[in-house]
Amino acid sequence: MTMQSGARSSGLDPTVARAVLDAPAIDRALTRIAHEILERTGGAEDAVLLGIPTRGAVLCRRLGELITRFEGRSIPLGSLDVTMYRDDLRLKPARALGRTEIPSGGIDGRLVILVDDVLFSGRTVRAALDALNDLGRPRAIQLAVLVDRGHRELPIRADYVGKNLPTSLREAVEVHLSETDGRDCVLLGIKGE
Amino acid sequence: MGKRHLLSTADLTVDDANLILDTAQELSTIAGRAIKKLPTLRGRTVVNLFFEDSTRTRISFETAAKRLSADVINFSAKGSSVSKGESLKDTALTLEAMGADAVVVRHWASGGAHRLANAGWIHSSVVNAGDGTHEHPTQALLDAYTLRQRLGSVAGRHVAIVGDVLHSRVARSNVHLLSTLGAEVTLVGPPTLLPHGVESWPCAYSYELDPVLPKCDAVMMLRVQRERMNQAFFPTEREYSRRYGLQAARMAMLPEHAVVMHPGPMNRGLEISAEVADSVRSTITEQVANGVSVRMAVLYLLLGGAESAIGNEEEGSAR
Amino acid sequence: MSGTSYVIKGAQLLGGEAGDLYVSDGVYAEDAVRGAQVVDAAGLIALPGLVDLHTHLREPGREDAETVLTGTRAAAAGGFTAVHAMANTDPVADTAGVVEQVWRLGREAGYCDVRPVGAVTVGLKGERLAELGAMADSAARVRVFSDDGHCVSDAALMRRALEYVKAFGGVVAQHAQEPRLTEGAQMNEGELSGVLGLQGWPAVAEEAIIARDVLLAAHTGSRLHICHLSTAGSVEIVRWAKARGYPVTAEVTPHHLLLTEDLIHGYDPIYKVNPPLRSAADVEAVRAGLADGTIDAVATDHAPHPVEAKDCEWAVAAMGMLGLETALSVVQRTMVETGLLDWAGVADRMSVRPARIGGLAEHGRPFEAGAPANLVLVDPAASRVIEPGALQSLSRNTPYAGMKLPGAVVATLLHGSATVLDGRVVER
Repeated sequence: MTMQSGARSSGLDPTVARAVLDAPAIDRALTRIAHEILERTGGAEDAVLLGIPTRGAVLCRRLGELITRFEGRSIPLGSLDVTMYRDDLRLKPARALGRTEIPSGGIDGRLVILVDDVLFSGRTVRAALDALNDLGRPRAIQLAVLVDRGHRELPIRADYVGKNLPTSLREAVEVHLSETDGRDCVLLGIKGE
Repeated sequence: MGKRHLLSTADLTVDDANLILDTAQELSTIAGRAIKKLPTLRGRTVVNLFFEDSTRTRISFETAAKRLSADVINFSAKGSSVSKGESLKDTALTLEAMGADAVVVRHWASGGAHRLANAGWIHSSVVNAGDGTHEHPTQALLDAYTLRQRLGSVAGRHVAIVGDVLHSRVARSNVHLLSTLGAEVTLVGPPTLLPHGVESWPCAYSYELDPVLPKCDAVMMLRVQRERMNQAFFPTEREYSRRYGLQAARMAMLPEHAVVMHPGPMNRGLEISAEVADSVRSTITEQVANGVSVRMAVLYLLLGGAESAIGNEEEGSAR
Repeated sequence: MSGTSYVIKGAQLLGGEAGDLYVSDGVYAEDAVRGAQVVDAAGLIALPGLVDLHTHLREPGREDAETVLTGTRAAAAGGFTAVHAMANTDPVADTAGVVEQVWRLGREAGYCDVRPVGAVTVGLKGERLAELGAMADSAARVRVFSDDGHCVSDAALMRRALEYVKAFGGVVAQHAQEPRLTEGAQMNEGELSGVLGLQGWPAVAEEAIIARDVLLAAHTGSRLHICHLSTAGSVEIVRWAKARGYPVTAEVTPHHLLLTEDLIHGYDPIYKVNPPLRSAADVEAVRAGLADGTIDAVATDHAPHPVEAKDCEWAVAAMGMLGLETALSVVQRTMVETGLLDWAGVADRMSVRPARIGGLAEHGRPFEAGAPANLVLVDPAASRVIEPGALQSLSRNTPYAGMKLPGAVVATLLHGSATVLDGRVVER
């Protein structure tokens, strides 16, 4: 049995669910986020991008490539698995852990930009903040997400958003990426369909 | 429903084993951090119930539990077949009343961990830290982890386990686990120290060490107790060492990349020479460090979720 | 003595033709007596009262596990009218005084004829002979001598014991276990013991002693009885000895007819016994040996133990299982239902031959007028789920808890007086 941290227990049926973002739209969104990061941080001199596995880490790598392309130099990239800090561990069997790779320069005194695919309740990000706290002391922490679907349960907001997607709690949002799922799209459908 | 206990490596599927090793790998980075703590088992109580002295294993489990923020209680139980202390049952009932979430138990009787887990006295998870001459699953897991780190893989590797296999729980656990992970195991020792029925085990066996060494990717030396000499298992220490001891000359017969392992504590000069124990091929100190990561992984997988992650059959599981 | 008289109507005598039995004044009568109680025995099988050559009644010394009273109630419930009480009590039954005490307790309880077994050696230590003659001459009239629990391993001592008991027609019952091959042994030596990490009890430790002792029996011309024989090799040795006319008899326990070592996977000490549970091949061999008469008797080796002696780790648990109340059912399951033995055969192995080996003139007799009315009525069509709490024994260590076993004892008569009636023990 191999369990992915981002494993889907029952995936949306792509023939029934609606694609709210297709591959080109995802590309454009990431490109815009990359520019926004460069703009707001004045060139991302001390930034470190950390993606939350599984798909957040994929998006983080793509953002890293875009930034390198636009700015002409690379910025440190890594991943941060937050499984051990989650507040909902006791609700399901213990999950397999994703990769945590902190770039060699560390995070102390730097601007950490967390990258994830979907921002929903905010609990994953809260876990990421706790994990970062045990790893060091960043100068500041920002959050970049591909989709913000609302329904926050904690006072957490994203700094960079690919698409704002109002949803109902009966709905599910799935981000598919070619590296992990074979193709790029964001699906919106009714849970369990 | 996943099994709540880790009693024997024979109970682990290849997926269970890899899950534990992969998890241990991720957790091993903790040791290098300034804050060597994860909040995952906060509020859980892990009891180290040791009926046999073992500072080394107990400290390893204690460190693992504390790094996961669990509360640790050390219970050194008196009582053996000779000096009857409080019964296993009464000790268990006390732990249950104290609200232990997991009991790590080392017992001098084979089957001690099984009785604790299955007699209906407690509801906690039970981790077998060594029961008599039966099994020591976390030792085998850390051995496999060490092999994976040093050699890159376990599958297809040839591992020799040398010495008093008959009385070794480490040997039994390793034979099960290594063969599950796809390694080839050869047991080596005098006929008196290989178990009756070893022909049916998932491994080869040999009464001679020298022919086996050139084919090995790893040699695991087992501790030989001097008392066995008095029970006529072998005539003298000198003869044992000459026929089955790993000294420099034998180490030179190993392939370049091969490693030497020992679960400890060692009898320097009997089953292993000081030179070999301290050589660069030896993984003995890494085994100790890896023990903490592996035990963290076991505790997390058994206790971290609503139910154990070991022994589940999930739909869509890859095999 | 005129107690109740009985007319037992329509019982299948020895599992054969249905007939009536008339009981009065402790013996079978030619005709029914006026005022006799009628017992409708249609569909029931009548067997001579069962005789156990090997029981542990634990009194004196271990009354927390069983007493002569509770043990003989258990015996009656199991259809037994005579039991041989082994000598490993505390104090050991190695003097006339102790065997007479046990014998008297049996008479006072009144549920079963208790024949004490005398120890072969003082204190069961295997060093010097006990006063075998004094025990034979005592009120208990001991004829069976055994150090059971321990092996008489010294060849010279075993020879002397065999010779000595010829003077009073005694028989030495050997617990065959070479001590040097079984030090610290916990279970049968085989593949499973290697996997479970439990010290092995090799079959050769039993067979080597039996081989030696059958030769000693032939050499001394004295009777040898082998206790709780458990391996295929042992059956072959006894078969060989009998073929040469050696004065050897043997018994097997019900649990060795049914249970194998695979049950030990979970380390549950309820299955810990001496000699240990063996392999399926051994079970098959002892069943065949019992069927062809190589093994003369089923003897329970009823071994009560208090709860705390089994509710613990395997290594510290006591060895032994209860057996009196389930023996007949286990024999029905393993020998009758498999077609290996008919009910007449069961009567032979569980009553006739054991009575002869023990020298009990009043048991194991045919149903003839004037013979003592020691009898059991069995319902072969009934079945029951074994509940430890419902047993007559003081202890609970039965390996059959929760198991459904065939047959039920409906009535047991001891010298014409009912110890069990309507399936229930009669209160005295």
